[in-house]
Order: sequence, then C-alpha cells, then structure tokens
Amino acid sequence: MGITSSGNVSGIQERRRLSVQAFFARWEWVLFLLIAIVFTINANIAPYFLKPSVLFDMTFNFMEKGLIALVLTFIIITGQIDISVASNMAMSAVITSILYQMGVNIWFSVLLGLLAGTVGGFFNGFIITKVNIHSMVVTLATQSLFRGIAYVLLGDRAVTGFPVEFMNLGQGYVGDSPVPLQLVVFVILAVVCGLVLHGTKYGRYMYAIGNNETAARFSGVPVDRLKMVLFTLAGLVSAMAGILFISRVGVCRPDLGEAFLFEIVTIVLLGGVSIYGGEGSIIGVVLSLFLIGLTRYGMILVNIRAPVINIVIGSMLIIAVLVPKLTHFVARES
Amino acid sequence: MKRKALLWLSLVTMLMFSAFGGSVCAKGEGPFTIAVVVKSEGNPFFEAAGVGCREALEELGAGDELVFLGPEVPTVEGQIEIVSALVAQGVDGISISANEPNALVPACQRAEKAGIAVTSFDSFVSADGSQLFVNQADMEQVGRIQIQMMAEILDYKGQFAILSAGPTMANQNTWIAWMLEELAKPEYADMELAAIVYGMDEREKSYSEAMGLFRSYPDLRGIVSPTTVGMAAVGRAIKDAGLDGKVFLTGLGLPSEMAAYIREGICPRMALWNPIDLGYMATWVTRLLVSGEIKGEVGETFNVGRMGEREIVMDPVLGKVVLLGPPFVFNQENIDDWADVY
Repeated sequence: MGITSSGNVSGIQERRRLSVQAFFARWEWVLFLLIAIVFTINANIAPYFLKPSVLFDMTFNFMEKGLIALVLTFIIITGQIDISVASNMAMSAVITSILYQMGVNIWFSVLLGLLAGTVGGFFNGFIITKVNIHSMVVTLATQSLFRGIAYVLLGDRAVTGFPVEFMNLGQGYVGDSPVPLQLVVFVILAVVCGLVLHGTKYGRYMYAIGNNETAARFSGVPVDRLKMVLFTLAGLVSAMAGILFISRVGVCRPDLGEAFLFEIVTIVLLGGVSIYGGEGSIIGVVLSLFLIGLTRYGMILVNIRAPVINIVIGSMLIIAVLVPKLTHFVARES
Repeated sequence: MKRKALLWLSLVTMLMFSAFGGSVCAKGEGPFTIAVVVKSEGNPFFEAAGVGCREALEELGAGDELVFLGPEVPTVEGQIEIVSALVAQGVDGISISANEPNALVPACQRAEKAGIAVTSFDSFVSADGSQLFVNQADMEQVGRIQIQMMAEILDYKGQFAILSAGPTMANQNTWIAWMLEELAKPEYADMELAAIVYGMDEREKSYSEAMGLFRSYPDLRGIVSPTTVGMAAVGRAIKDAGLDGKVFLTGLGLPSEMAAYIREGICPRMALWNPIDLGYMATWVTRLLVSGEIKGEVGETFNVGRMGEREIVMDPVLGKVVLLGPPFVFNQENIDDWADVY
C-alpha cells in the first residue's frame, strides 16, 4: 500500500508513513497470522498434510482462481469490477475444446481460445470506456453473454479426450519435483503483477484512478487506455484460467467455474483491496488466496459438509468488505 | 490494543488445537476410515445410499469410521477437491460416484499412489482410476425382469406393448433387446408384443402415444415402460381413459413418482435398483479391499454381508465390476417404505 507507492497523485496515501509501527499494522500481517493458524490446524488434523506432495497438490484446487484474482486486483484498485471473468473462462475453454474436437491442432485451439477470451475482455473495456457505461453494468451483461455463448456452442454436451501433452499443462509437475506447473505460472504472474503495481508509474496510476478518477484524468493519467488494457488482460487471464482448468480436469462443460466468481471476489477483497478502489496490494491478495484455499481444504479435512463451507466463505466475504474500515481503524489505533 | 488482539488469537488457536487434537489416529491394522464421495449434497438417492454405507460398516464392526461427502453442486471439480483432501487426511478407502468418468482419473490415481483403495459405484471412474466398479444394473437382468414382471401381472397371456424413451437411447434399446430375448422363451408363448412406441421421455408425447396404443389395440392388456417419465405418463393415460383394471403397467420407475399408481393397482409392480443396497455394497467392497481380504482381481469371489456371494467380473467398458444384483421390485406391500426415499 503506502510503502512503495511514492509520488502520489491524489495525496490520499500520505497519511501512512514508512515507519515500523505502520509496517506492522498492515492487514497482510493479520492474513499471515491467520494462514499460520489454519496451517497448524490442518497439520494437526490430517496426518499427511505436511507431506510436500500433499501440500503442493493442494494448490491445484485454487490456482485458476488465483490467476484471475491477480488481474482483478488491478481492476478493483481502479474502482472498477469485472464480474464476467468466470463466464469468460467457460467461453474460452469451450471454444478451445470445440476447435480441438473439430480436428484443429490442440495448441492452435489453445491460441484461438486465448484470443477469444482476450477479445471478450477487450469488448468489455471498449464498452466501458467508449460508451462510458459503468463496468458493473457492462460486465453483468457480458457475464450472461459469455456464458450464453458457451452453452450455445456446447449445449449439454461435454468435451473430453484431450491429448496427454495438453493435460500436462494443468496436471503436470516441473520435472520430477512435486511442484505443479500451474503453481509456477501463478508465481511468475504474481511477481510480474507485484512489480507493475508497486514498482512502476502504471501501478501508481491505478491507485490514482481508484482514489479520484477525475483528478487522475486531469493530472494526465491515460485513464481510458489503462482501463481498456486492464479489461483486455482480464479477458486473457480468464481464458488462461479456463484452459488450465479443462487441462486439469480433462473435461470441458459449458457450466465450468460457475461458482468461481464469488470466491475470486472474496479472495481479492479479503486480501485488503478496497471495494471502493484506491487501495490494496498483490501480496495481500496472494496471502488471501492461500488463506481461503487452506481454509476450504481444512474444512474438507474435518469433513465439514459443502453448504457449511459456503457459509464460512460467505462470512469471509462480509469480513473482506469490512477490511478497509478495519485497516484504517488498526492504523489509527497504533 | 494489538497485544490484546494477539492474546485473543493465541487463545482461540489453543482452543482449536484442543478441539481437533483428538481426531488424529495412526494408520495400521484398523479401525479403518472409509470415505464415500457422492455426486452432490442433498440428493435423496445418495442420502438413501448413505444409509446403506453406514449399515455396512456397522455390520463389519471393528469401529470403522464413515466419511460421507459430496460437493454442493454436482461438479467434478468439487469432487477432485474432496478426493485430494481425503488423501491428505489419510483415509484408507474411497468409494466415489463420479460426476464425470475421465476427469477424476488423475485425482484417484494420486489417492491410489498414497496407498488408498479406490472404488466407484453408481457412475464409474474410467480407465485406471478405480480398482472396482460396483455396477447397479446389469443390462441383461434389467431387460429380462421387465418381461418377467409383465408376465406375472398378465398371468402369462395377452397382448402388451412397450413404450420406450427414444429410438436412439442406448440404455433403453439394450434393455429392449434383452426383453425380446426373454420373450422368446417358451413360457411366454401366449404373450404377444403388439408394438414398440417412443415417448421421447416427454410427458405429453408419452401420454398421447399411450392413448394411441389404447385406440389401435383394443385387446391391449399391458404396457412396459423402461423409463420413469414414460411410466408416469402411461399411468395417467390409463386412469384418464378409464382403463384401470383392464390395462396394467410395469417398467422402471422412481418410487416417489409412481407410488400413487402402485397403491391404486394400475402398476402392480415395477423395478429399479435400490440405492441403500448400492451404498451398502460399495462400502462393503471398499472395506474388503482396504483390509486386504480381497485383491480386486477378476474371478475373485467373496461374501457381501446380507447381499450374499459376489464375483468380480470383467466388463469391456466398465472394467472390473461387481454386480449389485437383480433390480429391486416395488409393489403394494413395500411402496410406503420407499415413496419418500427417492
């Protein structure tokens, strides 16, 4: 948050100083502590939880959500939202698998699937900036549109029987190590996102737009162009997530990832990104991803039934919305 | 302020530890933990199967524990997540009703690599995903029993018709082929199959096809419908046409949907597999694999509690299979026990 983003445009972040106190008052520490707690509980209830292979395999369950959460972080920091991401995932995955089924080379199908997702994202960005409609409304519409395309193309069928090389993408490991390829993709993207958000002027622009879009516009920030890029990237990453997903489970259905949006938004907001924009960090979102992933996993470990798990994740979303207020409160107290 | 918060957190942590600490148990001779993963939560068919799962473990004694789980909606990714958590938990056996046959293979293989016995029931896991499949319905048995039921209802004489789902539906067509095979036996010499019609598994279409049968074949005494949609439509058609007591109905139907017609005698009996027995057998077989009492090889025979002796056979599509047995027959005596179950 305030630590790396010098050169404030709006001046809102100057309130927080680079001091030891402020450093330890950060929301990320709360997340870190919570992860440590959930981690120890999991290790205590499951005899094999601490085995490296089990720990690494666990990450398979939430990497696709993580990829999308990274880009959604940027969008929410600028005060926007993209609720079409999960539908875009399905659309891109369905296009990829249908092309493959028609006899197109699998990697070429993947390329076209990525392109479809990117076009979908660009379409969002175009309507939002050029027609000047709020992203909430636009992506609510495209959420149905993308999902609709997936259903029209595939109906109630499912595509399966992908080649092994393709399946390796989502199921495979790095060489003989227990490290999943998906995790590597995620770590690389997380580092890139972190560097861009916290180390470049474009990152600072994001906060500026989120804090006060009009002020940012008058300060010469290319608001529309950045928004366009962000939504297009969200499309691309959703397509990536969708393709990794079908590669992991080996089957593509038009309803894939229908419950994802809710969890992705929860991850971003619980990571300390303010729903009002202008605040948040990549580290926080990564921590929150692992916190939610570990919590879900832990609840399955003690055989808590699905509806209860949803109640818990739902409560986390409510807490997440309260986070910005909490962090301000903690910061002021200390 | 912050110190206080930290204190609270550590207190909560300690409480959690003491609450969960007791559930850790070492793996070894047993008691064993058997996990049953179903298609989704809240499906009455699987709730009934769960009753059978518990029965099996109680009868096997030894204090085994049952873990009964399913995703909130019937998705395969939810099941993958559950299976991977079960591996971390170190359960001894997993029996799963797969939402998709192929997608679960990697997760199931990881479980097997961790030394867990994996079986499937109701809906199979393909290829090398599971060691055994508990098959609820042998095509031949399901086909033959429908003719047997019709013959018993009609006292082995008279004209009847088949009202199926659609001409391209694989299950129904295979059953009908076995029905014709059964019908060729000498004891059915006085029975005549008047027609095979298709209701496309739509209520209205099935209803009007049934009405058409009544008009075309005034001597018609029975209709066999190997689909629950067809059965319910025929039941209503018989009632509406005022033919109760003249035309009788049998086939494969859901007890909840057909209870009224069974009680009224329009459908004196019908068949379907029994979910309680299915859960019972899936759990029993998984437990035998876990304890090493069976190896899961083709040709092995073993006792499945109240179900009796079973043999592992090879099926070209399903792999190694243990058959549940003949379908369960519902009639006026037992329908009240089942009408609310599924």
